[in-house]
Amino acid sequence: MSPERSANMDVEMVRAALAAAVPGCQVEIIANSRPAAQHSLLVDAEHAVAIAEFLRDDAALRLDYCSNVTGIDWPMKDGGGYLEAVYHLYSMEKKHGPLVLRLRTLDRVAAVHLPSLAPVWRSAELQEREIFDLFGIQFDGHPDLRRLLMWEGFAGHPMRRDYVEPDDYEYEPTAHETVLQKAQQHQREAER
Amino acid sequence: MTSMTTAELERQQAEMGFDDGASHLLEVSMGPQHPSTHGVFRMDVVLDGERIVKLKPVFGYLHRNHEKIAESETYLGSMPYTDRLDYLCSLTNNWGYALAVERLAGITVPERAEYLRVIVAELTRLQNHACLIGFLLQDMGASGTPLMYAFRERETILDLFESLTGARMMCNYLRFGGCRVDATPEWLRQAQQAVEAFPKFLDEYEQLLTGNEILVARTQGVGLLPKDMAVQAGITGPTLRASGINYDVRKVDGYGIYDRFAFRVPLGEHGDVFDRYMIRLLEMRESIAILRQALREIPAGPVQDARTKLRGFRPKPGEAYARIESPKGELGFYLVSDGSANPYRYRVRPPSLINLTVLEEMCLGRNVADVVVTLGSIDIVMGEVDR
Amino acid sequence: MRGILAVDAQLKTELQRQGIFATTLQELYNWGRKNSLWPLNFGLACCAIEMIASTMARYDLARFGAEVFRPSPRQADLMIVAGTVTKKMAPQVVRLYNQMPEPKYVIAMGACAISGGPFKQGYNVLKGIDRFIPVDVYIPGCPPRPEALIDALLTLQKKIDAQTLTGPNQPRCADAAAPSEFLVPQFGAHDLEPPQNPAVWHPPLVQIAPAQPVAATQSTAGAHES
Ligand code: SF4
Repeated sequence: MSPERSANMDVEMVRAALAAAVPGCQVEIIANSRPAAQHSLLVDAEHAVAIAEFLRDDAALRLDYCSNVTGIDWPMKDGGGYLEAVYHLYSMEKKHGPLVLRLRTLDRVAAVHLPSLAPVWRSAELQEREIFDLFGIQFDGHPDLRRLLMWEGFAGHPMRRDYVEPDDYEYEPTAHETVLQKAQQHQREAER
Repeated sequence: MTSMTTAELERQQAEMGFDDGASHLLEVSMGPQHPSTHGVFRMDVVLDGERIVKLKPVFGYLHRNHEKIAESETYLGSMPYTDRLDYLCSLTNNWGYALAVERLAGITVPERAEYLRVIVAELTRLQNHACLIGFLLQDMGASGTPLMYAFRERETILDLFESLTGARMMCNYLRFGGCRVDATPEWLRQAQQAVEAFPKFLDEYEQLLTGNEILVARTQGVGLLPKDMAVQAGITGPTLRASGINYDVRKVDGYGIYDRFAFRVPLGEHGDVFDRYMIRLLEMRESIAILRQALREIPAGPVQDARTKLRGFRPKPGEAYARIESPKGELGFYLVSDGSANPYRYRVRPPSLINLTVLEEMCLGRNVADVVVTLGSIDIVMGEVDR
Repeated sequence: MRGILAVDAQLKTELQRQGIFATTLQELYNWGRKNSLWPLNFGLACCAIEMIASTMARYDLARFGAEVFRPSPRQADLMIVAGTVTKKMAPQVVRLYNQMPEPKYVIAMGACAISGGPFKQGYNVLKGIDRFIPVDVYIPGCPPRPEALIDALLTLQKKIDAQTLTGPNQPRCADAAAPSEFLVPQFGAHDLEPPQNPAVWHPPLVQIAPAQPVAATQSTAGAHES
């Protein structure tokens, strides 16, 4: 692997600093066994904004740059599960990072609210809108929470793993695998 | 096609003191089919005469579901899709993705492949920046000439790509743990020739453009992006550096073998369109320095890590985020593996999209014509904005 | 009129030697139309870059009279659908097509415009622009090279040249009954409504067999007329 000048953050140290600075916050370390060892911090939604502000403003950390916000859908077999928003933070001033923050919703249906971190890092604004659009996480406190990519009036959240896409494979000139099966199904229906 | 209700418009007009019944505000939808929106980008603009009072970008007209499709593709199968993200720079996209997979699975890359990666990436940067300036000038009304010059140079670089990878635009060249094919000595010689000829083009280009009165008048002081706003909004790439912030992932991370190369990071002062234009010209000169060094030092050896199984590739559960300095900005790939042959989650951090976060602030109070120039100077490609 | 159209080839060569080139109105009309196709300045995705490249110095589309890219559909008579048509964009494409004056032609450039191409499995990708507007020439490729676009243009020119002023092979604009405007789809809850225009497109009745999925369908080798 290539040598990395900006080393991964020491998550233990960050957690200790957070515990001191944001009283009552719950921070859990999610270990990552992959060689890059990008461990992440699972933070509770209630204190997320305070935690984010601390990370951004603390003189030693100065994580002033939120690079990437990702939505992930984790459905469970029993119908439960949760949605997750993952923030990759760097510091432009100190040139270190990434620190990975994770926020989880309580379920995938009703309690899909998370606090928006867009007021803390403006770069999350469009990305949180995208997650709202494609995954359906409601970001409370977002300045302009509308669909980003799909049209207004679109129903559902297409990046969820159980989303069923419209079946418009009536005919495919170069069909293969699943597409082929769908096209054949359409053909059988047409012949009937 | 209005996104604003009448009530909202009226309220805004009242705020601005136009409540005399005679409305001065005009709402215009620029795009998605507009000659200067670089594809299918749309802006809902509210105008007071020629002045912009509100600008809302509308995305999604090229949303091709790249991330969703990648979840049902193998790791290798997504590589050609990355070509089509920022379709002017397929090779840097390849690199970003390959780097993420290498982080995920702990794959090492042979020396020669690292050098080849640098060479193709910097050639990509050259042609991207040259074309960007051509398109920017086109938007300013210099129809034809600068773009023709840029495409002439681009063709020489595309010829190199074609003879190396088999394709002009969609190169699909990088693999986890190396590159798909090796470059012949002849190819390296041709690349060297192209690189040596490039500064002459830059001189010509600069002579044609930089001192041009119209270019200066149309760009200086236009589309200002202050430092703190740029950081806060996550702006990256040349657009960030034109605002005076020294942040280049090639230097900060030193991914690949970039820490072996001597190159400078050009910085702007004012953060206006002119600085963004100049930064690109200067970056091209730095890219040439990198290319010269890489072509001189490239060692012999294999170009693919023999231990990496490309087909039937199944990384262990876990995740990795990797980023590179693409010509547009920081291109990141975030992969979550559940141990199967397909990524559980595949996410692209698109610099083109995030660089548009503060487009409204950069354009407020300016003329419509300035919007076109400001947008052109940010350098977006819709394939990456909407994915 | 019919009789004049069929000028003997030998006579034609003889006349050309005498300096008489266009002997029929139809020939003059077609000659004018085919050599000044004005494309709409309209790029959707990656293929548009190759379209731009083909207008530049190296490939120089101007040699075939088609370099005047018009930003307004009102001034254009050729639409090159260069790139992926998403469902969000499809209504706009149809609207632009409707705004173009007759006679108008369409080139579907690239796998995406033909069938959705590599992105066919996307939930937001239209599986071929010919579901909503009639296409004259298809060019396969991802992206097709500029040479392929030039070939498509020449194919289209041949097609125009073969059109007659009257009879079954007349251009659509000469037929008062033929539509010039097409249905603009609306956004539905998951898909466009309707998902295709039944007046323009119906699934071709070919057997899609698992054994030879490509051979059983229309040929994709080389640009061809529809
Ligand atoms: S056919 Fe290929 S190159 Fe053309 S728009 Fe589609 S993906 Fe891009």
